[in-house]
Amino acid sequence: MTRQMTGAEMVIQTLVDQGVDTIFGYPGSAVLPIFDELFQQEEVRHVLVRHEQGAGHAAEGYARSTGKVGVALVTSGPAIANMVTALADARADSIPMVCITGQVPTTLIGTDAFQEADTVGITRPCTKHNWLVRRIEDLPGILHEAFRIATTGRPGPVLVDIPKNIQFQTGTYENCKDKALTQYHPAVKAPDAAIREAVELMAAAKKPILYTGGGVINSGPKAVALLREFVKMTGFPITSTLMGLGAYPSSGKNWLGMLGMHGTFEANLAMHDCDVMVCIGARFDDRITGRIDAFSPNSKKIHIDIDPSSINKTVMVDLPVVGDVGQVIEDLIAAWTARKPVQDKAALAAWWKQIDAWRAKKCLAYRPSAEAIMPQYAIERLHALTRGRDTYITTEVGQHQMWVAQYYGFDQPNRLMTSGGLGTMGYGLPAAIGTQLAHPGSLVINVAGDASIQMNIRELSTAVQHNAPVKTFILNNQHLGMVRQWQKLFHGNRISHSTTDAQPDFVRLAEAYGAVGIRCSKPSELDDAIEEMIRIDRPVLFDCRVVNLAHCLPMIPAGKAHNEMLLGMDEENETVGGGADKVPA
Amino acid sequence: MMIVAGQSQSAYFLEEELPSTERSHTLSVLVDNEPGVLARVVGLFSGRGYNIESLTVSEIEHSSHMSRITIVTTGRPPVISQIMHQLGRLVPVHKVINLTWAGDALERELALVKVAGKGEMRDEALRLAQAFNARIVDATLDSYVFEITGAPADIDRFVGLMKECGLVELARTGLAALARGKTGI
Repeated sequence: MTRQMTGAEMVIQTLVDQGVDTIFGYPGSAVLPIFDELFQQEEVRHVLVRHEQGAGHAAEGYARSTGKVGVALVTSGPAIANMVTALADARADSIPMVCITGQVPTTLIGTDAFQEADTVGITRPCTKHNWLVRRIEDLPGILHEAFRIATTGRPGPVLVDIPKNIQFQTGTYENCKDKALTQYHPAVKAPDAAIREAVELMAAAKKPILYTGGGVINSGPKAVALLREFVKMTGFPITSTLMGLGAYPSSGKNWLGMLGMHGTFEANLAMHDCDVMVCIGARFDDRITGRIDAFSPNSKKIHIDIDPSSINKTVMVDLPVVGDVGQVIEDLIAAWTARKPVQDKAALAAWWKQIDAWRAKKCLAYRPSAEAIMPQYAIERLHALTRGRDTYITTEVGQHQMWVAQYYGFDQPNRLMTSGGLGTMGYGLPAAIGTQLAHPGSLVINVAGDASIQMNIRELSTAVQHNAPVKTFILNNQHLGMVRQWQKLFHGNRISHSTTDAQPDFVRLAEAYGAVGIRCSKPSELDDAIEEMIRIDRPVLFDCRVVNLAHCLPMIPAGKAHNEMLLGMDEENETVGGGADKVPA
Repeated sequence: MMIVAGQSQSAYFLEEELPSTERSHTLSVLVDNEPGVLARVVGLFSGRGYNIESLTVSEIEHSSHMSRITIVTTGRPPVISQIMHQLGRLVPVHKVINLTWAGDALERELALVKVAGKGEMRDEALRLAQAFNARIVDATLDSYVFEITGAPADIDRFVGLMKECGLVELARTGLAALARGKTGI
């Protein structure tokens, strides 16, 4: 069925036809016709942010916590420049997002008009695809295709740039939701030969490991369920990247913890020593592999990924399996069941014994303190006191983010929203707002650092306005902790510009925004303070004063191999020893 | 090796059987002829640090808005393979084919070569042009413009000789290339 309507109406109608209930945005000259249409309808809720970057991250948080596409709507020029960080972030983490932008009228494009920027040019490398709409006839097709491309294959951000005169023009709208405009159709099913070969390799494995990533979560709840079944079926140990946490429960018996630069001793050594590695929806990122030429030197590597360009990009693999993770695991389970492989039980028992020996090292142990709050302790308590609740966690970027990955156990997918690939400080608060608005009754906590939180602190105002009772739990060590850690370890302890001098009073700052501020600096009072934070049904800024100089360990220094980790409790290690060195005021 | 949008990839990669040395490869890329498609391809090369030696682009099918981009690039086989997959990931790209791996492709280039001079060198330029099957497309009493078509190496040799005969300036089209035989991309 077709209908006549304006370009601006088409935007709203497409959102409705795509099932979008919430969008995040900021009005401005070149997008006013669309905001005018928003005003005159009630099907789509618009959430006004305080800066366009916040709209992007909020859309990301909404997308990651729901598995649906996130939508942002902003104007031209400076708005799109502000949006670039969020687009690049969504691209790095493969998050489905549709960004709709206003542009100066087609007659003014190229004249350096007011608030004109080459939006498709600026965003080309940080989107999966983008369009400048030149004719009203093209608009419905492009809008629907944008949703299809954002959500299929390897998901990612797309952008549709709509000149203002096209928003005013009238044209024919058709709901072309299920029509493909381009030839983009990524393959989801891997060849049978690859599946059979993978089963053979896994059946013969003596020291196997599953290394999973965000691709499992992106593939959906079915892929997550199949992964858990697959682990049970094979009995293989499993580790995950930051992006994949929660796909396999941290309380599961085959769980080794996160791997990589701040991964566990057992996960990294198992990766190094394994004989068959099955990489599922991960991409051999440099934070995962450490030194490439020393990465898991003796293993056969199977790589399951929907994106062929991920294969052999940094690590050469023995068996690429290109397809959707969920589909591939389903096929693997069927092939494994049909083949009924006889596993080498003795070898696998010996492998688990070795893993238990690594686990016994207790690499996440830290020196407790009765006087000051250790950051690790703060996350452990946060986990203990929110366990069993319907909780979503977002983070900013830095030490606190890694401590969350290490000490907060995730048992479900889509529960951790964090900037993995791009490492965007300022991600957590707007992402928490997007998450909270998607899950109004749930507990949403943004774990932050005292430096990161200030990057997008203005979004606290958004949270207050939209009754999003997000809790921001700041591990305040009065430093750019991760930067300081690198300076201490690798730059002769020259603490160059990494202390947060002139820090605001976070409690009074919260109050100024109309939120609630809580401060805690004593371990004995921490539980009560966290309970209080959870009880308050309003946005909270929690200033958790932790020891200033704790290191995030274990750590594989950049350019080192998995078996060259720095460990926390290694008393011999002068460089990394200590932590509870200064009790904050 | 050919990458077709949406088609399932082979479980096995061909690189291992191929020489591992760095050399130049000719890629043929079939794309939708839409605004910005060239920028996407070129941006991919610069953004990921790949090298472009030569690039030509032109519409080849007006009714279906298809263009063919021919790119000459250099790298070891895994890098070339990665370039092909990255190209294949772009939404407007239909097919990517490596003509060098396909073997003995036809590669042709056109050049316009301006030389100026009098006397002996002018006669020599003309004799060489005849030997290379170059056509005279412009002439004055003290200059010629030659048009030469051929494999890039032949044009290189011709240009090298013209340097001795008063070469003034040069324009080359970049490569057009097709696989031999009856099948198409």
